[in-house]
Amino acid sequence: MNALPYAIYLSFAGAALCLLAGRRSAAAARGIALISAVAAWACTLYAGSQFVPSSEMQVLIDLPWIRELGIRYHLAADGISMTLVVLTGLAATAGILFSWNIEERAGEFFALFLALIGGVYGVFLSADAFLFFVFYEIAIVPKYFLIAKWGSANREYGAMKLVLYSFAGSALVLAGLVWVYAAGGATNFSLPELAAAASTLGWTEQLATFGLLFFGFATLAGIFPLHTWAPTGHVAAPTGASMLLAGVVMKLGAYGCLRVAMPLLPEAFVAWQPIIAGLAIIGIIYAGLVALVQEDFKFVIAYSSVSHMGFVILGLAVANERALSGAVLQMFSHGVIAGLLFAVVGRMVYERTHTRQLAALKAMPLFRLMPFAATTFVIAALASMGMPGFSGFPAELSILIGTWGTSPWWTFAAAVGVLIAAAFTLRVMQLAFFGQTKTNGTEPNYVPLTWPEKTGAILLLTTTLLIGLRPDILLNWIEPALQSPLMSALIKGMSS
Amino acid sequence: MSTYFELLLAMRPELMLTLGALVIIGVDMGWGKRQSDETRMHTAATLGVVWLLAAIYGVIEVGAPGLMYGPVFRLDALGSISRLGILLLSLLTVALAPASTRLRNPVEFIALILLGTAGLTLMAVAQQLLVVFLAIELASLTLYLLTGFDKRSAASAEAALKYFLFGGMAAAFLLFGFSLLYGLTGSIDLSVISVTISTLDGHQPLLLVALVMIVVAFGFKTAAAPFHLWAPDVYQGAPAPAAALIASASKLAGLTVFARLLWPGLSAASGGPGAEIPLAGWLPVVGILVAASLILGNLAALAQRNFRRLLAYSAIAHAGIMLLGVMVADQVGYGPLVYYAITYGLATVGAFGVIGILDRAGVGPSLSDLLGLYRRAPLLAATLFVCLLSLAGVPPLAGFFGKFGIFVAAFKSGGIGGATGGLAILGIMASAVGLYYYLVALKNALVITPPAGADQKSIPVATSTKLVLILINLGLLALGLAPSLILSRL
Repeated sequence: MNALPYAIYLSFAGAALCLLAGRRSAAAARGIALISAVAAWACTLYAGSQFVPSSEMQVLIDLPWIRELGIRYHLAADGISMTLVVLTGLAATAGILFSWNIEERAGEFFALFLALIGGVYGVFLSADAFLFFVFYEIAIVPKYFLIAKWGSANREYGAMKLVLYSFAGSALVLAGLVWVYAAGGATNFSLPELAAAASTLGWTEQLATFGLLFFGFATLAGIFPLHTWAPTGHVAAPTGASMLLAGVVMKLGAYGCLRVAMPLLPEAFVAWQPIIAGLAIIGIIYAGLVALVQEDFKFVIAYSSVSHMGFVILGLAVANERALSGAVLQMFSHGVIAGLLFAVVGRMVYERTHTRQLAALKAMPLFRLMPFAATTFVIAALASMGMPGFSGFPAELSILIGTWGTSPWWTFAAAVGVLIAAAFTLRVMQLAFFGQTKTNGTEPNYVPLTWPEKTGAILLLTTTLLIGLRPDILLNWIEPALQSPLMSALIKGMSS
Repeated sequence: MSTYFELLLAMRPELMLTLGALVIIGVDMGWGKRQSDETRMHTAATLGVVWLLAAIYGVIEVGAPGLMYGPVFRLDALGSISRLGILLLSLLTVALAPASTRLRNPVEFIALILLGTAGLTLMAVAQQLLVVFLAIELASLTLYLLTGFDKRSAASAEAALKYFLFGGMAAAFLLFGFSLLYGLTGSIDLSVISVTISTLDGHQPLLLVALVMIVVAFGFKTAAAPFHLWAPDVYQGAPAPAAALIASASKLAGLTVFARLLWPGLSAASGGPGAEIPLAGWLPVVGILVAASLILGNLAALAQRNFRRLLAYSAIAHAGIMLLGVMVADQVGYGPLVYYAITYGLATVGAFGVIGILDRAGVGPSLSDLLGLYRRAPLLAATLFVCLLSLAGVPPLAGFFGKFGIFVAAFKSGGIGGATGGLAILGIMASAVGLYYYLVALKNALVITPPAGADQKSIPVATSTKLVLILINLGLLALGLAPSLILSRL
């Protein structure tokens, strides 16, 4: 367990080294980035192997930081954070493998990339709400530079929109946190203390602060109608950054809702529940329908991300044990699958065909020209549709079953979303890879897939298959964490 | 009652600075005649840094003995931290001056900075209205001179004139306000005034006039809207080190004296809840300045294409947050306010240091002239990255913790229903707007690949300058990672 904080430190140290090494050679920066990402991932896996699931947050380190405000450098982990740090390690490693072709200012690219990763690890491991927020903000700014510098079409617009949405969301969170802390008379920023402070607030204030906190975080999770940054941002981002954005950064928002907003104000959450669930369902269906008519391959994947994150938010909104464990599992699963899809679209296909227009791709027999990419995409697409045997299936199923207990109508509505997901996924698969059986005229000769691409794809594919077959590996971590005092109070409040 | 000798001892830092200014000029007269301007500047700056270090040592030695020479000076923790901050910011400004815009008579420039700094540190400890006024005028007059020091530049002259006219106006307001206070209370001693005011009965129209006059004067000094009009032109026209001093050390000193004047001095007339004279006090007036500065500063900064003007409008927004810190200083102490002012000053000195170096290298003043900076001078681009993100309030840089401290204080002070809570929410939202224009500047400096025909020559930066810039960057990071360095002392 004590290895976990090193995942944070290794990422930041790697970032500094990349910055230094990048001035000499891009290859050195790449190497350092990969080594530090793998080392950080290894820390999480090692900690996972030592991890004994329990209902308590297991303290990793707890030191006073800013005494004047009662702020502590307090890192701790439970099964939920364990699940997400393992995902972060995987997504970071795969993201770096799929960024192997970055040549221009590679040192800075990988430095920003690793700084972002370090922030993400920090968020998942923070037990102090202020520390949580600091890491959360550290994860925001690198995104701007990653997208604006190394992105593709319309990148400056996409980057700015994404960062301003994230920052505005975090401003809401900050307002909510400070409000609870100051008005509730808390003396420190530990979550139980803040929850106690929040319970002393008046009812209107509770409703207002919950709104600030939840929607501030949910902006980053892509809740409808605050999701519009996601498609433009994902599409504009370079492949490695898209993988991170969809893979882990959107999870930061959902994690913030689950870890901070909901346990702090469980009663206000009950009042807000129908609205949140309604927005989640609208998001699932709306984003699915939009994905169905996109002409740009990457936009399809981007909207599918929003749609799948809708399931996470629905699971959070329902907030019984089944739905919450499903939501966390879906965070993991979507992190892996979305990473895979973006890798195929942004790197394997686009870097070779230089187009993402489905109309253009339709004219090529890509399944024959790029069999590995096509196979990867087909498997990832099946996983994304929620095919049994892949991680998406147990996740979305848990959410739907959990939702049934609260309202069967919500389940029906969300199940329509599953059908739409199948429709847009099959459509894009057909158009992009199986549009033609042979080319008219000369066949373009594409550069064969490189080893980093294959390694990254195999890593992600194996993971989604492994968790699809053995979801209990993660569920055994997640379920005890839902028994913690704050979480069980939340679940009890919801069921009564 | 302490003796005059004790007072002299306690005023060691100011004496050092005055002496230093004279020594710098003397050395130059004796030795500098046959040297190039470059050498003279370097000598003067080096001497200036040494004297400032001596002054810093003096402040540490003096400590916080309390009231000095009757009620004239107040050497408390606030005074000594604020003095240290002013001296440090001034030191960094002087250290960066040789790398900045070439000036005629560089030696006088450094000597004037030292004299102005003496005025600023006096402001930080002045406790009696006349001394407050004298200290402010000593600092202001030197700042006017520094602003107009670039005699070859029309913009510099225009800026100096504007600054002088606005500053003179502000001084008149301040003096008028002070004289009314004296008339009402019969004293120029702040502690007597505070007691007398609380015994005044009912509504005192004259007191209101006095309060408004004083707030207006400080609105000018801190460049808060709607009294900000001089700021963009001064930031744009003044030589970079002068602008840096005006934006950093001068602001810290102004806020210190303002906070001291309003809270212990005029707390009975605050108009806040629990004050003897309800509603009709200075708190609502300052609150209006805060709201106006936050809104106007941030919105106007969005439209700027000139880097210095962008910093000026963002400075107006920052002044809003700092005044919010003044409003809540009675409840939570001066810690958040002083921390904010020092870290803000540090980032501003860094940004103006870069601007000065670019100026010297002949790079234009607009945002688009920053294009390709990451290639031409990586350290300058990195410094802008750190300083601007600190100004934007991105952790782990110090600016974030400053904002956070003031917002927490504002929420705590009046509750959410209270005016300060509302202003804090406005401030939080405004900082999201702020990130946009800082990122636009950084986009030019770091992201966009310059077009083929653009000037690609690398910009030379001397090693000593590099060291100072690195020190500023590390300082912003260190104060962010350990805010208690300042907070625990107040």
